[in-house]
Amino acid sequence: MSDILMAPEAANPPRAITEKTLTDALLYLNGVSVTFDGFRALNALSFTVDAGEMRAIIGPNGAGKTTMMDVITGKTRPDIGEVFFNGGTTDLTKLDETEIATLGIGRKFQKPTVFESHMVIDNLRLALKGQRGALANIFRRETGEERDKIDAIFETIRLSDHRYRLGGALSHGQKQWLEIGMLLAQDPKLLLVDEPVAGMTDAETAQTAELLRAINANGHSVVVVEHDMTFVRDLGVRVMCLHEGSVLAEGTLDQVSANERVIEVYLGR
Amino acid sequence: MSHPDTTPGARPPALLGTQGAIFLAIVLGAAVLIPALNLLTPAGSALHVPTYLVSLLGKYLCYALLAMSVDLIWGYVGILSLGQGAFFALGGYAMGMYLMRQIGTRGVYGDPVLPDFMVFLNWKQLPWFWYGFDWFPFAALMVLVAPGALALVFGWFAFRSRVTGVYLSIITQAMTFALLLAFFRNDMGFGGNNGLTDFKDILGFNVQADGTRAVLFALSALALAFGYVLCRYLVRSHFGKVLIAIRDAEARVRFTGYRAENYKLVAFVVSACLAGVAGALYVPQVGIINPSEFSPANSIEIIVWVAVGGRGTLAGAALGAVLVNYAKTYFTSGVLAPYWLFMLGGLFVAVTLFLPKGIVGTFLDWRSRHAEAEPDVPGATPKPVA
Amino acid sequence: MRLAAAFLAFALAVLTVVVSRPAMAGPYEDALAKFTTESYADTDEGLGLLATSGNPLAVDIVEALADGRLLFNADAKTVYVKKADGSLIDAATGQPATGVDEAALKPVRANNRVRRAIEAASGALSLMNPDPAKRLAAAQAVFKSRDAAARPALETALSRESDPQVKAALASARAAIVLNDSASPEADRIAAVDTIAGAGNQDALALLQNVPADAPAGVKTAAASAVASIQHSLAIWDVAQNIWYGLSLGSVLLLAAIGLAITFGVMGVINMAHGEMVMLGAYVTFMVQEAIRTYDPGLFDASLIIAIPIAFLVTGLIGVVIERTVIRFLYGRPLETLLATWGISLILQQAIRTAFGPTNREVGAPSWMSGAFEIGHLSITYGRLWIIVFAGLVFLALLGTLRLTRIGLEMRAVTQNRRMAASMGIRTNWVDAMTFGLGSGIAGMAGVALSQIDNVSPNLGQSYIIDSFLVVVFGGVGNLWGTLVGAMSLGVANKLLEPYAGAVLGKIALLVIVILFIQKRPRGLFALKGRAIEA
Repeated sequence: MSDILMAPEAANPPRAITEKTLTDALLYLNGVSVTFDGFRALNALSFTVDAGEMRAIIGPNGAGKTTMMDVITGKTRPDIGEVFFNGGTTDLTKLDETEIATLGIGRKFQKPTVFESHMVIDNLRLALKGQRGALANIFRRETGEERDKIDAIFETIRLSDHRYRLGGALSHGQKQWLEIGMLLAQDPKLLLVDEPVAGMTDAETAQTAELLRAINANGHSVVVVEHDMTFVRDLGVRVMCLHEGSVLAEGTLDQVSANERVIEVYLGR
Repeated sequence: MSHPDTTPGARPPALLGTQGAIFLAIVLGAAVLIPALNLLTPAGSALHVPTYLVSLLGKYLCYALLAMSVDLIWGYVGILSLGQGAFFALGGYAMGMYLMRQIGTRGVYGDPVLPDFMVFLNWKQLPWFWYGFDWFPFAALMVLVAPGALALVFGWFAFRSRVTGVYLSIITQAMTFALLLAFFRNDMGFGGNNGLTDFKDILGFNVQADGTRAVLFALSALALAFGYVLCRYLVRSHFGKVLIAIRDAEARVRFTGYRAENYKLVAFVVSACLAGVAGALYVPQVGIINPSEFSPANSIEIIVWVAVGGRGTLAGAALGAVLVNYAKTYFTSGVLAPYWLFMLGGLFVAVTLFLPKGIVGTFLDWRSRHAEAEPDVPGATPKPVA
Repeated sequence: MRLAAAFLAFALAVLTVVVSRPAMAGPYEDALAKFTTESYADTDEGLGLLATSGNPLAVDIVEALADGRLLFNADAKTVYVKKADGSLIDAATGQPATGVDEAALKPVRANNRVRRAIEAASGALSLMNPDPAKRLAAAQAVFKSRDAAARPALETALSRESDPQVKAALASARAAIVLNDSASPEADRIAAVDTIAGAGNQDALALLQNVPADAPAGVKTAAASAVASIQHSLAIWDVAQNIWYGLSLGSVLLLAAIGLAITFGVMGVINMAHGEMVMLGAYVTFMVQEAIRTYDPGLFDASLIIAIPIAFLVTGLIGVVIERTVIRFLYGRPLETLLATWGISLILQQAIRTAFGPTNREVGAPSWMSGAFEIGHLSITYGRLWIIVFAGLVFLALLGTLRLTRIGLEMRAVTQNRRMAASMGIRTNWVDAMTFGLGSGIAGMAGVALSQIDNVSPNLGQSYIIDSFLVVVFGGVGNLWGTLVGAMSLGVANKLLEPYAGAVLGKIALLVIVILFIQKRPRGLFALKGRAIEA
């Protein structure tokens, strides 16, 4: 039963997670804990995300949502626990942000982070899947194919009219979309989206839900962290509620919001 | 907003742009004109440029290239190196070692192989690291390799472990300080306190001769022009866009799949090599290289040149270097000499407070506001957020 | 010297009363008789008797003989000491001599042989000097000279000695003689080796390393093993001494860096002018001493105590002014702040250069800062000791300020989360100004201490600024203990490296070590951890 001895291929998974879920799952977290100066941000967190799945994660402040993303993307190392990608073939705890990004995990930050002094189109060019080597990129020329991809993304994120504006000149909502567009350009297998509708109008929120559904329909797995329940309802996907660093409840939004412990956590005790 | 294709900036900006064309015209014009006015006009003529002035201007051009090398990493990558003077000095020492070997038997002690200071220290043979410096192509290579290798090793360690911001600035300062201490030591084999001096000739030409000085000036101008085109090409390439992205949001760049440390490292090494070239051209024109070039204060002074001219504008950095050094020459040679440090110190404060984009950056802002056009280098002027 | 002489005279007077009984024939009286024969051989012999006589008057006699002030009457066989004022003392009693026919007196003459004897006798007599410091010095002199002739005197002195330190020195000296005396039995010589090894210092080591070649094997073996053990213990003492120097350097670094640490920690500001605040503090000390010299020289010993609060206030005030006029416009732009404060540092340096000239200014040390004492083989100077104490006090005071005061609480709040602190009603502006003032003020106090160990010149600050940065970066930001540990470890490492690498290479090695260390732990030894730090 030793976690340490368990090789990804010859997995002998503990508890509820079977060998099948490990090899099937695109993302697999098991018993992940992270502590900051005595504060337990993640507490034996375990869950899986399947290929092609969209999952919403809710939870009060401090529930560990952002730390979870940090762990998956390699920004934070777990104290203990396993994080595997691609059906258990890749141990994410051994890789850094860049390697994980190259594997096909894209991340949108809570605070929209675009390259503000670059034009919108250059933001997409930078994100576009392709050559990442420093020396090679000195002499890189944009191909017609790349140009077409970028045009397609512009259509998806509805920013075609803004392609030559500076990233920093966009409105808050536009920056959120640009960032999602940059994720698309990376063409990841899994998108981690942190609070994509914070600060958006209702119309923008609805459009964003539509956008994420479209992305998911295209075969990308998506994990969305969001507080906005209307938005989560619009997404219409499986919901997981985090609390104090572990999964409190999981199921449809209605199931989760009917869960007594979830109500307790959200409404206070 | 109009249709994308008619939006200003839709057309990829030219390699140089107006600003770059003007800059290159001035530098290349000077490369021809000043040596010509020095060599072809009689000494009494109103148009005559005296040789001392040629050397002085040549020195400014070397500083301009040095400033540009700082701008490449500070302006575009956000690396504030307080040790750029070390790369400049290493390039200078590489050239100085070549020039020392050229002295031959004309030294005070007349030793055909050993430079005077080694004879003085009673050394019997040339240290191994002096081998090859009598051959110009090797020395020229070392002008690039010595600073480049230091930058490679230092940068590899620093960027890989994500030392950034003021921490990076402080350890670059510690680096040049350590080198300062090392080069002061006589047994390092670089002439200790006195450094390398009393040069006689370069490639067979007398370093003091008017013609040599004119050619060195022209070479400095060419190097500056070349440096400008190189940096300009780099910052406009996909590579350069990543650099700017690193400057503004390094974490985002990593999550996008780029190895930020490799990009920084390449930029850092290129910058160090440019600084080395500047140092190598500087040494024969001023006739000496000594450890004071490593002093942390020198390196910080370079930063103010860039800040005055305009960070992230390349041409601005060069302009800033020339202006500040002209001011320095002007004031330190007159009755105002004791007040020069007040002015330099005041300049640091005034530029950061009142002119955060520098002369060129402010001008470009003003022009783009009036012309309602995007700056011709996207993302050229960084936000004043360091 | 004069004090010692007066003391001697007093002791002599007291003893004279006790000792002056009717003349009894003893070694002292025999010795006096020898001086009246006008024979060098007799004089020599007399000196020998005198030296072991144990009579307190003997010192004066020998001294007078050396100066040619010892007179005798060949017929009456009486001896007199002529004092500097021309009066005569009867050597036998030590009482002023009256009614002496000076014309009949002749000085006791000395040739080279006698002069050597005088030297030996005065050495032996100092062994019985009433002043323990003199006895100690004499014993140490004998230890070095290993003059076998001094052995009788040494033994006499040893039997009377009550001061344990002097007694140990006398025993060592005796052992040194015994060890080198081929006539002594082997057991005695081995015992001597043990006695000498007990002293355990460099001199003992030298002595034991030079055991005569003709010494018996047992003595040689004993000496060799003693040498090994002394070398071992001396090596440990050496390390201890270097650690002491390191702690002393570390406390200087702590003083210079701690103000920087709080401005960096609380405000995220790298203050390149921090070194100049230190320099200003040193100049305040200079001016305070000048004022004291002019108006009340008696206060000189208190000059540093007076300078400390003044330096704190002056530099603290300058710090607040700098913060209000320059730095507050640059928050969130640490690199720009670095440049602006560098500019300020140039201005301050030049201002001081213009006002006081570019040369070093003399700052004196109060009497309580000079001198030294020893613990075992550690030499501890009061100057270093006080600086360490002062650094410790400043550290504790700062710790107390941060822990116990309102402003300290606010500073810590701003360090941890500026935005949250601001939204809780903390005036972060005011906290920034106070922090900068406090940091600068502490630098000023550091300057008072540094004025004691470094040249007070406009460049004073520059020589500490890079080290201070390294301390802060090494220790980790936002943690005073980190600064303490950083300063002490850099100080000690520096001093431990020095004996192997030399001062400059040691320093370079240290810079390289710190640069490499920062690669490993980019946020220093005691880094704050958590998400807030990334923001």
